[in-house]
Amino acid sequence: MIRKVRSHQTQNEPLLFERSSPGKKGYQLPPLDVPSVAPAEALGVANVRREIEGFPEVSEVEIIRHFTRLSTWNYAIDLGLYPLGSCTMKYNPRLNEFVARIEGLAQAHPYQPEELAQGAMRVQVQLEQYLRETTGMDEVTLQPAAGAHGEQTGILLIRAYLEAQGDARRKVLIPDSAHGTNPATAAIAGYEVEEIKSNDQGMIDLEALERAVDDSVAALMVTNPNTVGIFEKDIAKVAEILHERGAQLYMDGANMNALVGIARPGDFGVDVMHLNLHKTFSTPHGGGGPGAGPVAVKKHLAPHLPVPRIEESNGTLRYCYDRELSIGRVRAYFGNFGVLVRALAYILAHGGDGLRNATIDAVLNANYIRKGIGDRYELPYTAPSMHECVFSDDRQARSGVRTGDIAKRLIDYGFHPYTVSFPLIVRGALMIEPTETESKQELDLFIDALRSIADEVESDPELVRSAPHTTRTKRVDETRAARRPVLHWKAPVEEKQAAD
Amino acid sequence: MYPNEFRYTREHEWVSIDGDTATVGITDHAQDQLGDVVFVELPQLGVRTQSMQSFGTVESVKAVSDVYSPLTGQVTEVNETLVDAPEKLNESPHGDGWLIKLQIEDRTEIETLMTAEAYQAYIDAEKES
Amino acid sequence: MLASLGMGSAEELFSHLPADVRLDRPLDIPSGKSEYEIIQYFNDLAAQNANGYPSFLGAGVYRHFRPVVVDPLATRSEFLTAYTPYQAEISQGVLTTIFEFQTMVTQLTGMDVANASMYDGSTAVPEAGMMAARITRRDKLLVARTVHPEYREVLNTYGRHQTLPVETVAYDAESGQLDLDDLDAKLDRETAAVIVQSPNFFGVVDQTREAAEMAHRYGALLVVIFTEAVSLGLLEPGCEADIVAGEMQSFAHPPSYGGPFVGVLATRQKYVRQMPGRLVGETVDSEGNRAFCLTLATREQHIRRAKATSNICTNQALIALMATICMSVFGKQGLRELAEQNLSKSHYLADQIGRNGGRRVFSGPFFNEFVVSANGVEVAEVNRRALDEKIIGGLALKKFYPELQDALLVCATEVNNRDEMDRYAAQFSG
Repeated sequence: MIRKVRSHQTQNEPLLFERSSPGKKGYQLPPLDVPSVAPAEALGVANVRREIEGFPEVSEVEIIRHFTRLSTWNYAIDLGLYPLGSCTMKYNPRLNEFVARIEGLAQAHPYQPEELAQGAMRVQVQLEQYLRETTGMDEVTLQPAAGAHGEQTGILLIRAYLEAQGDARRKVLIPDSAHGTNPATAAIAGYEVEEIKSNDQGMIDLEALERAVDDSVAALMVTNPNTVGIFEKDIAKVAEILHERGAQLYMDGANMNALVGIARPGDFGVDVMHLNLHKTFSTPHGGGGPGAGPVAVKKHLAPHLPVPRIEESNGTLRYCYDRELSIGRVRAYFGNFGVLVRALAYILAHGGDGLRNATIDAVLNANYIRKGIGDRYELPYTAPSMHECVFSDDRQARSGVRTGDIAKRLIDYGFHPYTVSFPLIVRGALMIEPTETESKQELDLFIDALRSIADEVESDPELVRSAPHTTRTKRVDETRAARRPVLHWKAPVEEKQAAD
Repeated sequence: MYPNEFRYTREHEWVSIDGDTATVGITDHAQDQLGDVVFVELPQLGVRTQSMQSFGTVESVKAVSDVYSPLTGQVTEVNETLVDAPEKLNESPHGDGWLIKLQIEDRTEIETLMTAEAYQAYIDAEKES
Repeated sequence: MLASLGMGSAEELFSHLPADVRLDRPLDIPSGKSEYEIIQYFNDLAAQNANGYPSFLGAGVYRHFRPVVVDPLATRSEFLTAYTPYQAEISQGVLTTIFEFQTMVTQLTGMDVANASMYDGSTAVPEAGMMAARITRRDKLLVARTVHPEYREVLNTYGRHQTLPVETVAYDAESGQLDLDDLDAKLDRETAAVIVQSPNFFGVVDQTREAAEMAHRYGALLVVIFTEAVSLGLLEPGCEADIVAGEMQSFAHPPSYGGPFVGVLATRQKYVRQMPGRLVGETVDSEGNRAFCLTLATREQHIRRAKATSNICTNQALIALMATICMSVFGKQGLRELAEQNLSKSHYLADQIGRNGGRRVFSGPFFNEFVVSANGVEVAEVNRRALDEKIIGGLALKKFYPELQDALLVCATEVNNRDEMDRYAAQFSG
């Protein structure tokens, strides 16, 4: 039985370009208070464009309706549980949006004089301090724009450090359970990637690691808890193996929300890590960004951090660019400042104990789901779960139903699907991360839904295979999209010919 | 299912020999594993492929596979029709969905490839593991 | 809930963690504050920044009027709190707006295809450079010194580790445009791309057509960068470019102390499979209705891993949405009128500064920024005086261009009124 939702009507809506008609306006500009300059004279005739062909012409109310209608075609955290494993879709407090829009912060220009930017600089210093404390690391750069960008920064820091020691080395080791960004990042930073197989617990195989680490290895990139939601209990030993041979330990902080207040990467041997502020620290995902990917390092890597760094003397903050060993900039200006403001507000609202409670609740919720569906779905790795649990579709596959089908059927029950088919080490993975912001009520509805779908798989597999049934858009033909890519709107050809 | 006159690789390519010319494609098993093919990247004419080195890729919506040349030789023809109709690879992997033709250089390489029977046994074993 | 797990306390959830990795003390972060206190905290910090100052800073980050409808629409829960649209059936809202964004970027830039956005303009540049290297199978990048200096720094950071040597091309000291002779001398058969910006960092409309012709003669690609998207309302886009990369902050995102912004990357159809980043395509659902989905994903890191075209994972969907709403508000006519106002304001300011003894350093045509020096007074002094009047002056260029010891990059947009321009111009008199 579907308890969380009933179907409702949605409005149809064409593309903006199809709504457009010549002469319509949605804008107002004040009258020009200076003499008007003729573009052709100022810029040269050849530099002035003709009209922008196809650009929309619509009224304000049409714009309001257009985007409002489109918004109703989306699922969102504000509508309910969004259990995408590894993505940490937690509630995004509105307070954070409010403070990011305070004029003195939102309107600050990155080149305004430092004496008139002390508040914006203080935001960074304060956030860096809290992130250092949370991770147990020595220094933090806030410049990277996203998680993958943070990874890249981190690997470049390792490269710079090893280079300064005389040899940048050749390889980066990555477990087969890792996010795709890890190998892509290592490649972009100029390293060869060598995959390390996980053991039968889904964890790093210490023997395989021992064999793989030699003096051609620059680093191991590890996610902890790993992508099956399990804490790498041998992490200190892993660090030791690497350090003995002069290699570095990089930690992908995508799952840091399982550790805040409980354990600190800086205390278990990590040399460098990134944080996803849009995951652990709740800044909104916005349909795919913006995020922010600060990087935290131990002392020995600090001289290589991107410029500028902020220094304080006599209560005044200033930017320092003069750092010979820096890897250089990874982004213009000072990173995704607006995202930093939101994350700082989140930390202030929680405090140290509140952050720790959030971690406990996140782990509790994941284990509650694990227990709630554990008798209906196959759990390939049985070590204790942290903030997420990963099942496989082995039992359902026998009825010809795969994880992707179960995911689509969840939509009919009013939930966003979990992460499908990742990590790659689990065949047909269902990767479920509820986060701490879900109530027991919502979790129970979710558990009921997954149990009910398990029944349906047995009684009526086709119902599941052909889901979703209640959405305005039915299963989307991704094959057609990829075979004959249509990547932008084109004016219909017939109309044009008729006009000619 | 697998034509007896073809030879097969462990990477799931087939090759059919006609005089000095070898026609290369991917097997029915390979296309089935990959799912709906959406894009095929083929080499330029005249390029020399090396035995068991990648000469192109075949893509589905969510996977990319390298395609390996069973034999060494110069590419004399590529199946241009796949550019606009990659679905041929799913519909007729052993026929219209062929990928390239080669000028054979070393006939002894043919002996290293699997027969239809051996290939069938190979994929059966792979399925079980 | 704990009881249902057979646990007596929350601590048991973590009992499997080795004792030596556990944190045995509370985090040293003050206890949680109320909403009111947090607002006060940020108000206090904001008060330490410039508030309400007229400003003539541009240099890649522009102050423009933000249509009121942008925020209420972009902060609707369904846009603000959704993830990347992997599940197309319940993400058609985001997918449709990205498709509209991609379309508008192609219309503005004259390119065939555009992606769903990049982190920002500065990171779009090395991505464009790497893309050009893949396409041409060459590795040398030539970048004009008139490309935003911080963008070039980012390019250098990326290039150094990808064995993509980056060489700079001089500018003409008189016009402020690309030095075509220097470009010709540095171009060779190893060059993957020539990277130029227009309007360039000095605000000058650059010679992209000539650069394209020269680059193409050597089989290199031309990458055209823009930082001021409003200029595209008036200026002929770099149609001769092979890749266009830029920054769209100008469309409804406040300066926000440098981010988050939204980068764009557009190119020709034939290079689409070498593009980095997300792409949204049109298709149909199982009932034959129009639908959109992420597509050509095999280029990306989650499938191709170490062989991906880029490690980029996210785009900047929310900022791209703001830009999309802003572009639809201004529309075809409005964007032109907005651009014309910028042109008129900056030319007025340049004239007024001239009347007060200031001198434009470059003769090339400019859009809404220009470089000036003062007569009989150092530009640092000009800005100091302006600050006394609570006006933030232009950017001193010596930080980035040692040869321009005494020059300012000054920007005027539609939000600068005549009175403040007159007051700033008056500071230039010796």
